[in-house]
Amino acid sequence: MNALSLRNLRKTYSNGFEALKGIDLDVEAGDFFALLGPNGAGKSTAIGIICSLVNASSGTVTVFGHDLRRERDKAKNCIGVVPQEINFNQFETVSSILLNQAGYYGVPRKLALQRSEKCLTQMELWDMRNTVSRRLSGGMKRRVMIARAMMHEPKLLILDEPTAGVDIEIRRSMWKLMREVNGQGTTIILTTHYLEEAESLCRNIAIIDQGRIVEHSDMKSLLARLNIDHFLLDLADPVAAAPVIEGVHIERASDRVLDVSVPKTFGLNQLFSRLSEQGIKVISLRNKSNRLEQLFLDLIDAKASGAAR
Amino acid sequence: MNSGIAFRTIAVKEIHRFFRIWPQTLLPPAITTALYFLIFGKLIGGRIGSVGGASYIDYIVPGIILMSVISHSYSNVVSSFYSTKFQRHIEELLVAPVPNWVILGGYVTGGIVRGLAVGGVVALISLIFAPVSVHHAGICLSIVLLTATLFSLAGFINAVFAESFDDISIIPNFILTPLSYLGGVFFSVDMLSGHWQTIAMGNPILYMVNAFRYGMIGATDIDVALAFGITGGFVILLTLFSLYLLHKGVGIKN
Ligand SMILES: Nc1ncnc2c1ncn2[C@@H]1O[C@H](COP(=O)(O)OP(=O)(O)OP(=O)(O)O)[C@@H](O)[C@H]1O
Ligand SMILES: [Mg+2]
Repeated sequence: MNALSLRNLRKTYSNGFEALKGIDLDVEAGDFFALLGPNGAGKSTAIGIICSLVNASSGTVTVFGHDLRRERDKAKNCIGVVPQEINFNQFETVSSILLNQAGYYGVPRKLALQRSEKCLTQMELWDMRNTVSRRLSGGMKRRVMIARAMMHEPKLLILDEPTAGVDIEIRRSMWKLMREVNGQGTTIILTTHYLEEAESLCRNIAIIDQGRIVEHSDMKSLLARLNIDHFLLDLADPVAAAPVIEGVHIERASDRVLDVSVPKTFGLNQLFSRLSEQGIKVISLRNKSNRLEQLFLDLIDAKASGAAR
Repeated sequence: MNSGIAFRTIAVKEIHRFFRIWPQTLLPPAITTALYFLIFGKLIGGRIGSVGGASYIDYIVPGIILMSVISHSYSNVVSSFYSTKFQRHIEELLVAPVPNWVILGGYVTGGIVRGLAVGGVVALISLIFAPVSVHHAGICLSIVLLTATLFSLAGFINAVFAESFDDISIIPNFILTPLSYLGGVFFSVDMLSGHWQTIAMGNPILYMVNAFRYGMIGATDIDVALAFGITGGFVILLTLFSLYLLHKGVGIKN
């Protein structure tokens, strides 16, 4: 069963801007799904529609088989959302934010208290439970929103850039937590601009650009399609110009650093032997960029140049 | 889905909100009305003599109580719901399966309780200046409840349309306050001449004030049943309009 299905979803804002131009998307139950795209692509708009914060202009949203229009409450009960921007009452304490949220979902007080303890502990916020939320740091505020989203134990958790502005340590603990939550059967949809995050966490992926889905597949086959590797080579001795090797793109980044793009079919062995033929000694090799990042840029570029033509 | 729990959550949150900031919500009306009673009731009223068969201070007490109920029910809901919108935590309610009538009911309940709390405080203050009598408790209570409901709803609608903090003070300052002062709080319509009387009779607040005054001291300028009809009618009308606005997502959804 699909946790989420979008069919021909469109949104034109009141100023006439068409943010979504007919989106189809399927997310399987239990999946850890990445929804990626550049700034302004339409990710938050799509999430807004799924969460009843934005009225769709047309199209349908189905959550675990419940049509959002016809079975509104059932669909809503399945969804937990962590929005991109802080949207809790900054004058309330952390625990009252969580308890109110539980109340809105009809969770009885006693159960809500148990769950808030569980969620706050999981989010490492238990000590902060009586703090007025505006006194929290940015990263803590994000974690409050995650804890809040889990108070009604949703089957589908949608996270709109949950790790933006969160330090490395906490980000890692959030990854661990998201994996745990997903492992327990909760479907997760994640948007992020940290592509290595998406690469390591997510099984399936959609890339959205200018209101259209430009890619919708599983992470593995997507990455396999990327057949060029990018490296930086640190050299023992300075070179005056980039060496020329047919089939490989080489640029001189600085005296002792070469920037190379090697097709997988070419192979590193061949590259190194060609370089040593030319008297160039390589000391070390670094991965230039994240693979998904490269692919992402290629897709968006292709799209943009396509549009320009 | 248990709407009862959601309703209680919103209502309790709303009631806590104004009790927590009582120096801003309950204290000022106590001070202002104490001044009204002192100046209009005692100092000036002493020279006016009786109006509608009651001493002037007895005559104005009900109106001042109801005027406080009106302005505080209104301002409670308008400021609370507007800041809910402004700070975006309205989104918590929109995401959750909370029916619109529960959202409306929760906020309006907050406004009613605030109105009653302020009305109670003002009534207590008035005891210092005049012996408060209750002619007909049922009428007093029901007209206060209806009035508080009506102006809570009006505050809600104002908040739905408001796009800035200025927008939430325009109606209270330019419509509500003048209508309240002209609503027969300080005078009887008999004191007005000819067409001024007709104009005053077009002010709905006049009916509520008079019905409440009738409940307290037994004097009224108008038919009390008509007052209930008008107030109840407005309550129904504004409830339907509020629900329509929520349904459409006016001012709260893109
Ligand atoms: N209320 C609005 N009125 C008009 N246009 C809007 C509104 N909200 C968003 N947009 C526009 O819709 C487009 C998509 O915005 P959206 O927030 O969905 O992007 P996003 O993919 O989430 O971007 P980001 O990565 O920056 O969060 C943008 O061009 C934005 O300017
Ligand atoms: Mg966004």
